[in-house]
Amino acid sequence: MFEFLFYCLLLQCELNLNKVNTTLDLLKRNEKGVIADFDMHKVPLKLLEMGCLPGNAVELLEVAPLGDPIYFCINDTHLSIRKELAREIVVSLEGDLK
Amino acid sequence: MKKDIKVALIGNPNVGKTSVFNALTGLNHKIGNYPGITVDKKSGTTKLNDEVTATIIDLPGTYSINASSEDERIVLDLLFDSTNEDYPDVAIVVAEIENLKRNLLLFTQVKELGFPTILVINMADHMEEKGISIQVAALEKKLNTKIVLMSAKKKLGIQELKQAVLDYKNYSIEPCLNATDVDPTFFGKLALTFSNLSVFKLWMIYSQDITIGNIGKKDIEAKGIHLSENEIKKLQHKKTIKRYQFINDTLKETYTRDTSKATGFRTKVDRILTHKVYGYLIFFGIMMLVFQAIFEWSSIPMDWIDEQFSNLGSWVHEVMEPGKLTDLIADGIVPGIGGVMPFIPQIAILFMFISILEETGYMSRVVFLMDKLMRPFGLSGKSVVPLISGNACAIPAIMSARNIENPKERLITILVTPFTTCSARIPVYIIIIALVIPETRLFGFLSLQGLTLTLFYFIGFIAALVSSWALSKYIKSERKSYFVIEMPNYRTPIIKNVVANMYEKTKAFVVGAGKIIFVLSIIIWFLGAHGPGDKFEHAEEHMAQVHQGQEVSEEEMSEYVASYRLENSYIGILGKSIEPVIKPLGYDWKVGIAVLSSFVGREIFVGVLGTIYNVGSGDENDEDGRIKQKMAAEVWPDTGEKVFTLASGVSLMFFYAFAMQCTATVAIVRRETKSWKWTIYQLVFMTVFAYVAAFIAYQLLK
Repeated sequence: MFEFLFYCLLLQCELNLNKVNTTLDLLKRNEKGVIADFDMHKVPLKLLEMGCLPGNAVELLEVAPLGDPIYFCINDTHLSIRKELAREIVVSLEGDLK
Repeated sequence: MKKDIKVALIGNPNVGKTSVFNALTGLNHKIGNYPGITVDKKSGTTKLNDEVTATIIDLPGTYSINASSEDERIVLDLLFDSTNEDYPDVAIVVAEIENLKRNLLLFTQVKELGFPTILVINMADHMEEKGISIQVAALEKKLNTKIVLMSAKKKLGIQELKQAVLDYKNYSIEPCLNATDVDPTFFGKLALTFSNLSVFKLWMIYSQDITIGNIGKKDIEAKGIHLSENEIKKLQHKKTIKRYQFINDTLKETYTRDTSKATGFRTKVDRILTHKVYGYLIFFGIMMLVFQAIFEWSSIPMDWIDEQFSNLGSWVHEVMEPGKLTDLIADGIVPGIGGVMPFIPQIAILFMFISILEETGYMSRVVFLMDKLMRPFGLSGKSVVPLISGNACAIPAIMSARNIENPKERLITILVTPFTTCSARIPVYIIIIALVIPETRLFGFLSLQGLTLTLFYFIGFIAALVSSWALSKYIKSERKSYFVIEMPNYRTPIIKNVVANMYEKTKAFVVGAGKIIFVLSIIIWFLGAHGPGDKFEHAEEHMAQVHQGQEVSEEEMSEYVASYRLENSYIGILGKSIEPVIKPLGYDWKVGIAVLSSFVGREIFVGVLGTIYNVGSGDENDEDGRIKQKMAAEVWPDTGEKVFTLASGVSLMFFYAFAMQCTATVAIVRRETKSWKWTIYQLVFMTVFAYVAAFIAYQLLK
């Protein structure tokens, strides 16, 4: 947990400071961000193994017609997860950096 | 040098692992079972050179060797247990150019197990168009292994891969990174517990709670290692991050991708296929196409096969001397098997569609589209694949439910899948539909018969959904559900894979059903051609007495005798004894026998009726003696009304739609759920439900 926070902090310094944190489920279509942090108790190992790691860039590609699940690209992998899980993943928006 | 090298083929799903397997082995496949479980063990052989062959075991696709589903557990078991007869000499990890980063995670894990590990990078023929370049030599050095660039589709690199397998002893068995330095103190302690196993294996035993040889988690705990669940999870996360750091660093130097070459093709297709209107329309359209194809396209080869068997029966009678053996072959075995063989084209066509949908990557989009719809029923989008596959055969469908990690969802999927319209029901539906539904076309093109079949597919699907909703209220969940699925890139299906899949599935159906049918045909022929006591033996005299003084032609007389004989045969007695139970459903005792026998497998319905009517007619050479005409001509002896009417036909279809009439499925459910309780609940519930539905249908339409 602390490692993640620390890593996240580093990232904050590395990139610019006027970034906004949000969660993965709130991204709009084609919006990009960087995975900042998540609660490891709520996120299954499998998601990490698929490349969903802090520091990786993420882009939301599609939202299913019924509003859920969502479909995104992270670390070159295209994944679909439900919003309840996406809610646990904090994303920092790149804002102007885009 | 060993004459036979054992090779384990490992890889993420959707990297073309099956194509590599097919390219190496041709159609030299052997499907076996892993002891105690039902996942198919697919292996094949290939000649590496004039002297050495390789046995290749195609392991289920997995993202990691941390097992979160049963499929993945198999990979773990095989790679860990050096006493396993299939324990490989060398591992091949299949990766693909676009997802190399993720594919390498599994590679680093397999390599850490201490195998010589060859990395195959598949789909290399697309490198240029995707703007990808790989410094192979540098990557080989970083990963400390042999890399083979391959295109299973274009048959490139196969020879090189065979050579690589031959040279397996030259490759390093050292891990390519040290993932234990995320917590050196802990792993140092762990390594000391059992010095005969590597620290990685010990960690897997401990974190996955598995047993290697005779060392299990408890033995490690006994040596003073204690971590809480959370601490284990934390270390797993850390190790995964560590592995990815290594992979990212490695690829940064050896892998480049020119993003300007991206075509956006995938994005465009995704937008259409997951669109709120087009997405569902396309899905619905594809399903309609599949069902129309099964019904219409397959009719030509079906009729042909049907005719061949019909001719074969007559031919046997002509060529062989009259006697019991001839009767057995011509009236028992040939019509019995002939009742099933015509359905091979349908099964093949259905599996062709299913494998194409999977190969193109469309199946994942279906999961994505359907997830929210399935959730209210206690299922996830993942249950759509078993439920759709159930439209071919419940057996592989129930086995495919292994991919569902959540135990509750998996159990529900297994329990409701047999409601979906499997191919064994098609023979029953088709013959009944042909008998009782008029051959008209709606709006000039929609066949009413085809529409009825489609309707029954929907009825099966709805029954599955409704019962899963009920079950989801009843079954308690132990674990939180995680829905993580990969959306693979779109690909042209490889014909060889589709054909291999069609062949395997059709063969399994024919061999599986064939054995049962063979035995049952003989039994039913025997029961029908023999009877107890005087009535059966002296049927001619009895009939002569009954019809004394009437004007009866010789032909009519022989029919009376045959039907009297059948009535008093063993099978007639058996069927009659259940007639009171089935009469409210509109079935006579002959149909009753077919329904009863169908509890072995639905597909034998037509075969059994064929045997019953053939034995009953006493006139095998009749050109019109084909089963449909016989059924159409059947009347109730007391009223003279037809047996197969709209009411009894629909009632029969409802019964077949819902009843659990398949011993093979019962056996699979028992093995997959590891519970007799659920298996018996399912059997009883489905059959009672079927009886009630058939009863209502008959009484309403009568």
